[in-house]
Amino acid sequence: MTELNLLYTDVEDDLRRTIRDLLEDRLDPSAVIAMYDGDRTVVDPLWKAITQDLGLAGLLIPEAEGGVGASARAVAVVCEELGRAVAPVPFLTSAVVATIAVAGSGHEVVADLAAGATTAALAVPFTTAPEGPLPALVATHGALTGTVSSVAGALEADVLLVPVEEPDGLAIYAVPVAAATVQAVASLDMSRQLADVSLDAAPGTRVRGDAVDSVRAALRAGAAMLASEQVGVAAWCLAGTVDYLRERRQFGRQVGSFQALKHRLADLYVGVESGTAVARYAAAALAADDSDCEVATAIAASYCGNLAVTAAEEALQLHGGIGMTWEHPVHLYLKRAKTDQLAFGHPGEHRRRLADLVDLSFDASDAGKSQ
Amino acid sequence: MNTQTDVADKLSEKVTTFLAEHDPVTTDRVEFLRARFDAGLAWVQFPIGRGGLGLAPDLQQQVDARFAEAGAPDNHPRINVIGLGMAAPTLMAYGTEDQLDTFLRPLWTGEQIWCQLFSEPGAGSDLAAVATRAVRDGDHWVVDGQKVWTSSAQNAQLAILLARTDPDVPKHAGLTYFICDMTDPGIEVRPLRQITGEAEFNEVFLTGVRIPDSQRLGAVGEGWKVANATLNNERLAIGGGPVPRESGMVGVVAAAWRANPGRRPDLHARLMELWVESEAARLTGQRLRQKLAVGQPGPEGAAMKLTFARLAQQLSGLELELLGEVGLRYDDWTLRRPLEVDFLGRGPGYRYLRAKGNSIEGGTSEILLNIVAERVLGLPPEPRVDRDVPFKELVK
Repeated sequence: MTELNLLYTDVEDDLRRTIRDLLEDRLDPSAVIAMYDGDRTVVDPLWKAITQDLGLAGLLIPEAEGGVGASARAVAVVCEELGRAVAPVPFLTSAVVATIAVAGSGHEVVADLAAGATTAALAVPFTTAPEGPLPALVATHGALTGTVSSVAGALEADVLLVPVEEPDGLAIYAVPVAAATVQAVASLDMSRQLADVSLDAAPGTRVRGDAVDSVRAALRAGAAMLASEQVGVAAWCLAGTVDYLRERRQFGRQVGSFQALKHRLADLYVGVESGTAVARYAAAALAADDSDCEVATAIAASYCGNLAVTAAEEALQLHGGIGMTWEHPVHLYLKRAKTDQLAFGHPGEHRRRLADLVDLSFDASDAGKSQ
Repeated sequence: MNTQTDVADKLSEKVTTFLAEHDPVTTDRVEFLRARFDAGLAWVQFPIGRGGLGLAPDLQQQVDARFAEAGAPDNHPRINVIGLGMAAPTLMAYGTEDQLDTFLRPLWTGEQIWCQLFSEPGAGSDLAAVATRAVRDGDHWVVDGQKVWTSSAQNAQLAILLARTDPDVPKHAGLTYFICDMTDPGIEVRPLRQITGEAEFNEVFLTGVRIPDSQRLGAVGEGWKVANATLNNERLAIGGGPVPRESGMVGVVAAAWRANPGRRPDLHARLMELWVESEAARLTGQRLRQKLAVGQPGPEGAAMKLTFARLAQQLSGLELELLGEVGLRYDDWTLRRPLEVDFLGRGPGYRYLRAKGNSIEGGTSEILLNIVAERVLGLPPEPRVDRDVPFKELVK
């Protein structure tokens, strides 16, 4: 048995430096805060820099199809850095979920995604779990009708990838955003603002039939990569709070010297280390198409979803009053973390799936007999 | 030329030759182990002449595997944990040539079992507060005091001892480290019974114990520094190979669930949360092992032990609840004196009670959190009121 490498390779560390430099240059937290007041001007130039300048949109697409042909390990590093900066770009929704949903279909949208010329979103609610029920619209002679609520990445998308129920199963259609009504909704996390999508006899081109596996694979990859984003969120919360508690003085000493506070940060450190390990394992398993991939994803999604929320809540409390203010960025991380916890399936749903996968199912029919 | 493979091949050859010259089945056990030590195959990372070959520590695994394969007797490492894991590396770091000549080989072969005389009733987490006195008498030291939580004391011939040689200086500066003969008539070992019913540990009373100055390890007054070398080896050895999924307490509890599924949903929810956390801990250990290819213990080991203790306690508690009525029974309250500890051994009640010690022994979880916060995260220490005060003036 060869053991999956859970460390970052030199190439992955280089990629991290590149994306971190870009974000430090181009993304001020105040610009993300402004999004809560409706100013989204930061999004387009930043997303262009990532897709055009760095060419990261096509990481998961094979070179033969115009992409970079990188692995999920590299994509996870990008997600981690985007999480660390609560970057308001549709990388996860377009370059991961939408891309995997259409991968290998031969449809022109794949090449456009690879080139970073098109941004796409899979039209399902952000809460859709990989193994959960899949929403689907209906098509009449290629015209699609129906609504999907709480879609992430739709506001930034040029193309919507819409699951459609056909007589012989699920299909995916590509619909230009111009043909749909995309209604932005006030969201808990405005750095990944959701939208309600409605289609009224909208024209679409059929990308693929027999698409259940593709949609589930896309959501599963979304959950696996989201775990790395959550690690990035948690790592920022830990590092920022450590720095603050070394600076902040009360009762004539640095407040970080109080055991009541430092023990909480030590616990958080243990959590971030564990989260890094499980998120790396999920990314490595996905990259290697390992037989343990589904288990690895469920573990990472279950663990990291709660970790990021804990980290953000601890960061806020340990910052005290300033953590509650609009100007301090900690609330951006709390809002992102709480939203991410519900994305691609709640941790509890992932644990239920995991129970089936590792032979620890709950047998309701037998419940209570032996108690 | 791959030199790493080259070294491994040469080492393998050396083992083959050794086994050819010393039949593992017919050779007397102790003679075999002494010869293995002399051949440098005891701990390959130690220097030549000291049971090793000056090689990388991770090569030891392949050597041990070869000896196990050949059916060779081992040195019963589980009953000499303190000797092998703590006394030996400390001896290597601070021992004189004479001390190494005298103690290292019988330590490794298990002819001499070691215990640790560190903790005292008044010096637990605050180990530098040890009050056991060592007073010089010519070329000897005379030791009086009381130690506690001493595992294997009833079985040990030797001990590493931390004692106060100068009460007039601040507490860290007045300590000296000794090698103590446990057969000295001034040593009295009393079993200390624990909540499990077992007496795994002991109290040790020292009354006029005489230790030759040649058995002092490190300089007079440098005991704290030497003790830290010992303690750095205590926290969770990271070495070894991959750990399979569901090893340890989580495996026991998962098996209990499988043996009788269909329990209440709240128990299932807790089982799965703890299963995920156990897997996260396992992968964290795997990642740490990949990071520290040579297996040096560091403050990250403290983080691993914190998680290990918490999960062992939560899982063993859950196991009792899963078992329902069966969980109300206990296998045996008889006072026993085990020579080795198995946290998973015996019944579920024992596991639950024994796990309570996991967050106390080898550094309490509270001290480990301080270590993580101060040495990993760089947070400032609590202000200290005892650092610059002579030991004898401290309020005790």
